[in-house]
Amino acid sequence: MSSAVHIATRPYGAMAPDVETFAFSPENQEEVARILARYPAERQQSAMLPLLLLAQEQHGGWLPQAAMDHVAELLNVAKIRVYEVATFYDMYNTRPVGPIQVRVCTTTPCWLCGSDDIVRAAKDELECDIGESSPDGRFFLREFECLGACANAPVLWVDQDFYEDLDYEKARAVLAALKRGETPKPGSQTGRQASMPVGGKTTLFETAPESRPANDEAGA
Amino acid sequence: MPKLTVDGVEVEVPVGSTVLQACEAAGREIPIFCFHPRLNIAGSCRMCLVEMEKSPKPVASCAMPAADGMVIKTDTPLVHKARRGVLEFLLINHPLDCPICDQGGECDLQDITLFYGPDQSRYTENKRPVVDKYLGPLVSTHMTRCIHCTRCIRFLDEVAGVEELGAVQRGEHMEITNWIEASLTSELQGNIIDLCPVGALNSKPYEYKARTWELRKTESIDVSDAVGSNIRVDARGNEVMRIVPRLHEGINEEWLSDKGRFLYDGLKKRRLDRPMVRRDGQLQPADWRIALDAAAARLKGTAPERIGFVIGDLVDAETMVLVRELAARIGTPNVDCRQDGSRLGYGPRASWLFNSTIEGIERADAFLLVGTNPRHEAAVLNARIRKRSRQIPMPVGRIGAAGIDLTYEVQDLGAGVQTLSDLLAGGIGFAKELRAAQNPMVILGSGATARADGLAVLDLAMRVADEFGAISEGWNGFNVLHHAASRVAGLDLGLVPGQGGGLDVAGMLAGGVDVLFLIGADELDLSGLSPDVHVIYQGHHGDRSAPRADVILPGAAWTEKHGTYVNTEGRPQRAKLAVMPPGEAREDWKILRALSDVLGVTVKLDTLGAVRARLAELAPFLATPDVIVPAAWERAAGPGDLGFDRAPFVSPITEYYQTNAIARASGVMAECTKLRLAEHSIKATGTHG
Repeated sequence: MSSAVHIATRPYGAMAPDVETFAFSPENQEEVARILARYPAERQQSAMLPLLLLAQEQHGGWLPQAAMDHVAELLNVAKIRVYEVATFYDMYNTRPVGPIQVRVCTTTPCWLCGSDDIVRAAKDELECDIGESSPDGRFFLREFECLGACANAPVLWVDQDFYEDLDYEKARAVLAALKRGETPKPGSQTGRQASMPVGGKTTLFETAPESRPANDEAGA
Repeated sequence: MPKLTVDGVEVEVPVGSTVLQACEAAGREIPIFCFHPRLNIAGSCRMCLVEMEKSPKPVASCAMPAADGMVIKTDTPLVHKARRGVLEFLLINHPLDCPICDQGGECDLQDITLFYGPDQSRYTENKRPVVDKYLGPLVSTHMTRCIHCTRCIRFLDEVAGVEELGAVQRGEHMEITNWIEASLTSELQGNIIDLCPVGALNSKPYEYKARTWELRKTESIDVSDAVGSNIRVDARGNEVMRIVPRLHEGINEEWLSDKGRFLYDGLKKRRLDRPMVRRDGQLQPADWRIALDAAAARLKGTAPERIGFVIGDLVDAETMVLVRELAARIGTPNVDCRQDGSRLGYGPRASWLFNSTIEGIERADAFLLVGTNPRHEAAVLNARIRKRSRQIPMPVGRIGAAGIDLTYEVQDLGAGVQTLSDLLAGGIGFAKELRAAQNPMVILGSGATARADGLAVLDLAMRVADEFGAISEGWNGFNVLHHAASRVAGLDLGLVPGQGGGLDVAGMLAGGVDVLFLIGADELDLSGLSPDVHVIYQGHHGDRSAPRADVILPGAAWTEKHGTYVNTEGRPQRAKLAVMPPGEAREDWKILRALSDVLGVTVKLDTLGAVRARLAELAPFLATPDVIVPAAWERAAGPGDLGFDRAPFVSPITEYYQTNAIARASGVMAECTKLRLAEHSIKATGTHG
């Protein structure tokens, strides 16, 4: 995603408390103005999704009712319309959860490759069940449908990073590092490069040409 | 106009019709849950699936636009299988509690399952639990029964104009909710009970009280406001169990205001069920003979010009005929049907009618509201204005209390007479918008006419109507919005003190009379009345006036007699007797008929037919039920220089749920009022979100 959402930076604090009132921070208010400017005057409510996401990031990973009400006020729509949207989409949390969101993919390819073990590892390491936050309130564990990284199954998605090619120990190691406040190296945890074949590459043995066409990099 | 074939029958339907409408035009009944002709199309229930040639799958007929050359089949194995399948899915999570469900017997899901559904379930897993929601004291919820048709959401959004319900979560977890546990704020919320095709939304006051098939259904007219909504009174034994709306395209479509729907529990409380006479300072039960004698003795012993009659807001036209005859025979000019102090009733009939008619609202393209809050004074009519404002972009100007949400956009022009005369002079920007309109409508409320300068304001408003083209060939845009069900009949019968010196209500209360005869008049402030004035109260509730009375003649409430009510358009409609009056209470016209005998001035009207014949003589335009006789437009000569009151216009209704004696006796209405007041005080202290 190329969204300009301000991501809170580690180390995260504990679970954000519920609040009576909500307002965007000064930096985010500029962002709000930028988001609103994308839509014509009579279509301002199209900005609901990005504004909710921004509010959720600002509030540490979940949307208190005050934040939804604030977005409704900004967009001049009925509050219930915002509640409908916020509860419809999976990536908005409308109840207090830990700020570090740990999602385990349990769709068929990951499951065949042992995602049950990853779920177990996450439960053991974070000491909470699926759909719960860890006792220290920093992590929120949940199952997710296909993350689209099937070639590197099983996969764990933490905030903006994927951790791939996991097994029970590797998943625990990743989560333990996160608990210590470190940022483990994202990507394959077996040292495999991207989604190359597991047994090493089987094609493209030639060395890359000296000069590559410029547009190859553009899409990266 | 597209032509299609439905089951071999060729039909032609208007452009913009749906396949569903085409099927209905061809005489085919399509089962539906989510579709409702007065609401936007949702297409969510899938019950209306039909087979369409060249389509590999069945199509949802409610959402498919009818097109030329379509071949539709509604009676094929595929359609039957599709319906059975849809119903099986809908029933997966629907509880089997029909035997205790209030909807049982009038439930769409029950009926449609019987006709089209599977005969058994293959589902053995647990059903989905859903927490019931709190929607206030009027609507009860059983959310496990909900099939997510979203009619309630759409009604509140589109018709009632309060976005308070929504569908949260998704898929199997979807729930209809208001999210916050607060009561709905619409005056039309009761209609979602009727709209709900299953038993998810029910009437809270009626909950578990009766089964639909035990109820005796009587057609009647709502008297809680002057709209004259058509209702059906459902009774069991001698008890009104509930009130539901009837269809009348010209008045209420199929809606009903909450006050009209829920005030009926007030019919069982604080009733005057036997005659009473004050002895030794105490009201004591008496029999009819004694009470009538006591009343007659007082009336006979008083000079006619010291006797006054005041007619209340719920009185039927028949009773008013008797009042008129009786007063004429006694010889008193002091008769007034306008207990709110309104000045209407002189001059042409068009000066007190809603001339455009309620249906005419849908032809108007600009509104000027003067001294009225239609949302409280006529909730159903207000929904019509909202409906119009959703059809076309439409300027609505308001002169009177600003800031009150009418569920559509309103420009506040000013507070009082000054603004109205400025408008007439063209000194307000809104004048241009009003002049540009083809069919502008001026709606004058009693906030503008129930004051000392009422006639002058009326004259000014009529001049505004003339000036801005509200009166043209085939269009009369001058409208008076009443809020008392009896008012137009009273004015039509000339029950106002004549120009020749009779006393109006204020004059009577200020010591102008020695005997005050109140016919269901409860909106009066009797505290300033001299203790020497003898008060005769005829009515059905021990409300505000009865405690002050010296003689009480117990009458019948509107559900307990045959009566004619004339709504604000001037449309006479008949309410029928649904239950008998309690105890010794009698129909009101009969009481007055009997009193005239005791007084020795017999009014020779012995049957309801005779009274109605007399009514037709006195007011020929009220002779045929449900027919509006348009009033010719003429502007009365100006009332002369009365001098204007600079005070702002104030709507007469301060508390929507408490506007008449029945509503004030109702526990349900009291609870609504309490909630509304609590909500206001929360807002006032600023602790609200």
